[in-house]
This record gives sequence, structure tokens and C-alpha cells, in this order.
Amino acid sequence: MATTTTAGAGPAARPHQAFNPLRRPLAALERQAPLGVVLMVPGLLLLLVFMAYPFFLGIYLSMTDSTIGETGSFVGIRNFAALLSDGIFLQTVRNTFVYAFFTVPFKLGFGLALALVLNNKMPFRNAIRAGVLLPWIVPTALSSLGWFMIFDPVFSPISWLLRQLGLISHNVNFLGDAYLAIASVCLANVWRGIPFFGIAILAGLQAVPQELHEAAAIDGAGAWQRFRAVTLPVIRGVVLIATLYSIIWTFADFQLIYVLTKGGPANQTHVFGTYAYQIGLNATQIGQGAAIALYMFPILALFAIVLLRFVRGQEE
Amino acid sequence: MVGSGTLRHRFLGVYLPLAGFLIFLLFPFYWMVIVSLKPTNDLFNTANNPFWVQHFTLENYAYLFQKTAFLSWLQNTLIVSVAATAISLFCSVLIGYALARLNFPGSNVLALGIFLAYLVPDTLLFLPLAQVIAKLHLYNTYWALILTYPTRLIPFASWLLMGYFKTIPKEIEECAMIDGMSRLGGLTRIILPLALPGVLSAGIFSFTLSWNEFLYALIFMSTGAMKTIPVGTVSDLVKADVLFWGSLMASAVLGSVPVAFIYSFFVENYVQGMTAGAVKG
Repeated sequence: MATTTTAGAGPAARPHQAFNPLRRPLAALERQAPLGVVLMVPGLLLLLVFMAYPFFLGIYLSMTDSTIGETGSFVGIRNFAALLSDGIFLQTVRNTFVYAFFTVPFKLGFGLALALVLNNKMPFRNAIRAGVLLPWIVPTALSSLGWFMIFDPVFSPISWLLRQLGLISHNVNFLGDAYLAIASVCLANVWRGIPFFGIAILAGLQAVPQELHEAAAIDGAGAWQRFRAVTLPVIRGVVLIATLYSIIWTFADFQLIYVLTKGGPANQTHVFGTYAYQIGLNATQIGQGAAIALYMFPILALFAIVLLRFVRGQEE
Repeated sequence: MVGSGTLRHRFLGVYLPLAGFLIFLLFPFYWMVIVSLKPTNDLFNTANNPFWVQHFTLENYAYLFQKTAFLSWLQNTLIVSVAATAISLFCSVLIGYALARLNFPGSNVLALGIFLAYLVPDTLLFLPLAQVIAKLHLYNTYWALILTYPTRLIPFASWLLMGYFKTIPKEIEECAMIDGMSRLGGLTRIILPLALPGVLSAGIFSFTLSWNEFLYALIFMSTGAMKTIPVGTVSDLVKADVLFWGSLMASAVLGSVPVAFIYSFFVENYVQGMTAGAVKG
């Protein structure tokens, strides 16, 4: 850190300054440019060593046949090519798209409804707000254990309820059936995501001008017309940004699926994260695993760019 | 107001949907709590209504404290979360101040880079990062998480703090600087006190994200008693063919309570933070 600021104040410094060696560096810290650079250093150092470097190391690894504990040789794009004829990988791609995109309309729809409901005056408003946020803030690995039991073939309360109602005679094996398993992890994901959309949109709703609402109501506009003409234009930015964040997070999710199914049954719920974990760590093919993870990159980059444009548009 | 009509309107438009949301969003927690308070035999007795506690017991919690490494997990989680939060807050205050107040070459590119770092998911990095951790001989040490968590926290916290710092009028510091205060004095004695809600939000965020983190903890601190609560609960308590559902749920409940507790006090701050950082960028 000091080297960037004491340049010129070393042994060559003029003698009359020697009585206070800190004077020049301290004076430099009063100027914007040196101070700005110095302040960035601690954080950037961590980001460089533990984020930027691993990112490039991952690109390198993905082009080798490395295993855990053994540095492999360079194989070019062979890992990427091999994955394209790997049935489980293609299934993983399909699962990830279903998981990330099929859940979004539900999270958005219910989140918007939740925000509109919470935007009313009600008793215990703060307690209710804190309550509905819980699915999003508690450790996902732990709340997923709750869902793990709710979907259990023996102990599921859903099965119990359906049996009591006479709708089924045997318990449902939620996580053991291919279609039910992906539907179940999607349900748990929607549950976790609704509060994020709800609270984000609720904050956006605070910017909706009430006078406009009242004026529109006096002019005879119905609730739906007022929502479309007054509310929607104001919250559109928040809705778009929350949606993009949610897609990126869900696309790259790991823990919910790891806890509920570990990618099973028969790989029907693997997403990029869990499949990269299985190949890279469990099967120790770390090069191949890195290639699986990197297949996420183009789509993440695409959504990141779109998100960036929206965020910048919001700021202006 | 939207629902300021008749009582009937309020019931159908507000309270009924609200009840639906509360039941759906809170039921898994209710389920976890009641299972943790039941003796194992009651779970297997299908004559019992599973939605209620027939015989209240704390034996699952006793089992958790006496027969599992839960207290070690708790200690590990606390140490890692507090240290990672402190490091992240320190770095983020400096970055947020630099980007909000100082003109220096490359500041725009760095701001963009930090925003993009927020979007880099852990699943993209964990395999190569595992090699980095191994090379640095950090495996199964607290440092493995204390040094890697800030990469998930600093981007968000700096972005959040930058937004807060920008709302503080520059004139206050400029006056103080004319009176002889240094720039860093302006940061510590003027900006930080005024941006305290922002610092608090960033701190809460960092602490809970550290507390909740799973993937890095699963891989980097996975042996013996070095696990965190989420990893210990998922990997040590879920392994037998006959699951100890009661203690499993007890561990999940206890691991969730601290974050739930913090948020119930700071929900306003939290909403502000989310809108300043996650939504408006």
C-alpha cells in the first residue's frame, strides 16, 4: 500500500524534508487520485485473489483433463465438446432453464400481489412484513430441510392431508418421481423467491403518486385501469430489475437442489451448479466440472449486460 | 388507498389474500418448529394429526446439544460471520467513499467491475477456488471462509454504501476541510456518522449472508468439527437411513433463529438497503 504513495519520498528525498518522512505521503492522501487508489486496494486485493484469479484459473482448468490432486494436460475444448454429447449434461441444461424461467412468472405474479396487499394499512404491519420476508432471509439450506420433510414419502403433511380427504390412497413420492421432483424444487424456489419480489415491488410502490390514483378514481377509472395507467409505469423498472436478478440467481443456484434431491432422481433435477459439483468434486474430474460451470457464463453475461443497462437507465 | 372501500372489500382485497400468503410463506417454518418439539414415536404414529404437537418435548434439542457437534458449528459460524463482516465493512466503506467522492483514473471502470462482481455466482467459481484454497493451505481453517466470503459481500456492500454516501451533501465536508479537517477525517467524522443506517444495513446484510452461506462452507470447511451450522445440519444430521427428523428440524430452527431475530428488528433498514442496493443499484 505504502509503495504507491511514497514514490519519490525514498532515499532520494531532499534533506530538508527528512525530519518528517510522512509529510509527503500524507499530503498525497489529500489529493483525490492517490487517496482514491489507496482506498480501493484492500477490497480489490481480495476480489482479485479470490474472485478474478479463480475465474481465469477456471477457464484454464476447463481446457485441461485435471483431476483433484493431479494437474492434467491441455486438451483444448475437448471438455466442452464432450459435454454436448453427454445426455446428463443436456438434461441438466433443460432442467436449469425450466428451473430458472418457469418459476419466474410465479415469483413475479405472487410477489406483485403480495406487494399490493402489503401496501395497505393494516395492524401489525411491520411484524407481517418481517414474517413474509423469512423465506428469503433464513439459510436456504435449512429451510430446504423443512421442504425436504414436507416432500418426504413417509412424513409429508401434504400426503397426509390428501389421504384424509380421500384423494389418494398411497403417499406421494414427491422427490422420487421425475416430473414431481422438478415441480417440487420449483415450488420450493417460488416459495423462497416471492418475498424478494414482494418487498422490492413494495418499495417501488412507495413512489406511486397517490394524488394521481385519487384523481383517476374520481374520473371513474377502475382498479385495473388505475393499476395499468398509474402504478405499472412507476414500478416497471423495479419489476424488470428484480426479475433479472432472480433469473441470474436461480440459474446459478445450488443449495436448494443439493439439499432436496442432489440432482436426482436419475439426474432429473440437476442444474449446472449441482452437476459441476458432482463431476468436479464427487467424481474428481475438476477440469470437466469447470467446463460445466463455464457453460453458465454466456447466459449469465447476457443477463448481466441487460441488467446493467436497466440499472444505468434507472440512475439517469 | 387502494383498499379503502367497505369492510367486505377490505376482507376480500386485503385480509383474505394476506392470510393465504402468510400460510404459504410461513407453513414450512411452523412445520419445522412443531416437528422439533415432538417425540420421535409421535411422528411414526399415523393416528396423530401431524399438524399439531401431541406430547411436547425438548428431547430433540437436548440430543442436538449433547450428541452432535452443534455447539462447535455455532461457534464456527459466529467466528466466520463476524470476521467476514468486519473485513467486508472495512473494505466496502473505503471503496464506497472512493467511488462516491473521489475522482481518480479508472474509477468508472472499477465501479462497473464491482457491480459485475456482484453478479458472479459462487457456482461459477467454486471448483477453481477450491484449488486456490488448497494451494494457500487454507483448507479446513477459518481463513478459507473469512477471506472468500468478502468477495460475495464487498460488491454489494460497497454499492450500497456508495449510494448512501452520495446522498450526503458534499458541502458539509468541504466546509470542514476549509476548517482544516483532512479527507479521511471527513470520512470518519462526518460521512460515517451520517451514513450510519447504510453502514448498519451493509453490516446486517454481510452478517446474514455469511451466516447463510452454504457452497463454500460445504467444500472448504467440511471436516470434523469445522463445519458451519447449515453444512453441519445438512451433511451430518442427514445421513442415516432412519432420519432423526426431530433433531434435524431442531438444528434447522436454531440455525434460522438468529437471522430471523435480527431482521425482525431491522426490517425497515433492510427494506431501505434492498431498494438502495439491489433494486435501484
